[in-house]
Amino acid sequence: MERSLTHIALFAALIAVLGLVPRLDLATGVPVTAQSLGIMLCGTVLGAKRGALAVLLFLLLVALGLPLLSGGRGGLGVFVGPTVGFLIGFPIAAFVAGWVMERTTLAPVWAAGAGAVIGGIGVLYPFGILGMSVVLDKTLPEAALLALVFLPGDILKAALAGLVTQAIARARPAALLSRA
Amino acid sequence: MLTLTSPVDTPLHHLPAGAKLAALAATTLALFATHSTVLLAAALTLIAALHLIGGPRFAAHGARMLTPLWPFVAVVALWHLWAGQAQQGGTIVLRMLAAVAAANLVTVTTRLSDMMTVLERLARPLSPILPPRRLALAIALVIRFIPVLSERMALLAQAFRARSPRRSGWRLLAPAALAALDDADHVADALRARGGVG
Repeated sequence: MERSLTHIALFAALIAVLGLVPRLDLATGVPVTAQSLGIMLCGTVLGAKRGALAVLLFLLLVALGLPLLSGGRGGLGVFVGPTVGFLIGFPIAAFVAGWVMERTTLAPVWAAGAGAVIGGIGVLYPFGILGMSVVLDKTLPEAALLALVFLPGDILKAALAGLVTQAIARARPAALLSRA
Repeated sequence: MLTLTSPVDTPLHHLPAGAKLAALAATTLALFATHSTVLLAAALTLIAALHLIGGPRFAAHGARMLTPLWPFVAVVALWHLWAGQAQQGGTIVLRMLAAVAAANLVTVTTRLSDMMTVLERLARPLSPILPPRRLALAIALVIRFIPVLSERMALLAQAFRARSPRRSGWRLLAPAALAALDDADHVADALRARGGVG
């Protein structure tokens, strides 16, 4: 019990810290932070249920008024802004990434990479696109076009999620709760 | 950091948090239900006026908190000007700015402790599956460990720079995640040694 709780809390903190890491700008000029990588790692390292709970805890703190989203954003405003769909999709993305990790017997690097792509892109983007289409009053294809700018960064991050999960599997096999 | 609550004390700070949140929910629903540009402009003006109660510094801070929206405002404006539907574009931009500004206003005028009290009240029906003490402990742990992990990341970056002229890039991510996992184990042991989370 204690172990579940502290892992969930510490990974919620990790998502916040990864949002503070100096961001790099892609060639397209779109800012990329490691925050969504943190979401993917919650799933691939902690597993479906704990991963989703860690992300929910993180979002709860954002809603309570802590500036933990990348760029120092936070508070209730982000939940009515154009990116709200991504926020709603975050816990589900972590759950799916963890589920893929738990249900496959592939090597950690491939299972985590696939989980991060399926959860962090395949599941997350429909939510994000739906959110933008509602707030900005655009059709779904138009909103999808806006979401495309984030795609190169997220593919890169999914690959990194695979590598980081593999590194953890090697260094602390017992700590990889998604495969425990 | 650590919270977005404004240090400038305004009359809005002294309203009960629950009432502010209820009013915000009603405002947000109303904003998304209306399609009248005039009403939306009036709502935005009213929200701006509420910001001005706190004085110019408070209002300027409120305006700065809308900065992340500018790219979206620009996209919508260009899109609708190009399509020749300026009024529709204006409606979307006004609604988005008003909704986000209203929510930000509640956030900057409500202390974390007041928000926590409301959260405890809202979470009470969940208490059989989520004991309030456990939720409070989890929140406290996150707040405590953000600076700890942040410092750990900075130390890792320094250690890397001392050994390599290259940029650390993604190489610090795995050690940072491992640090979080190790801390989680240590804190779990410490909690158990003190009687568990109950």
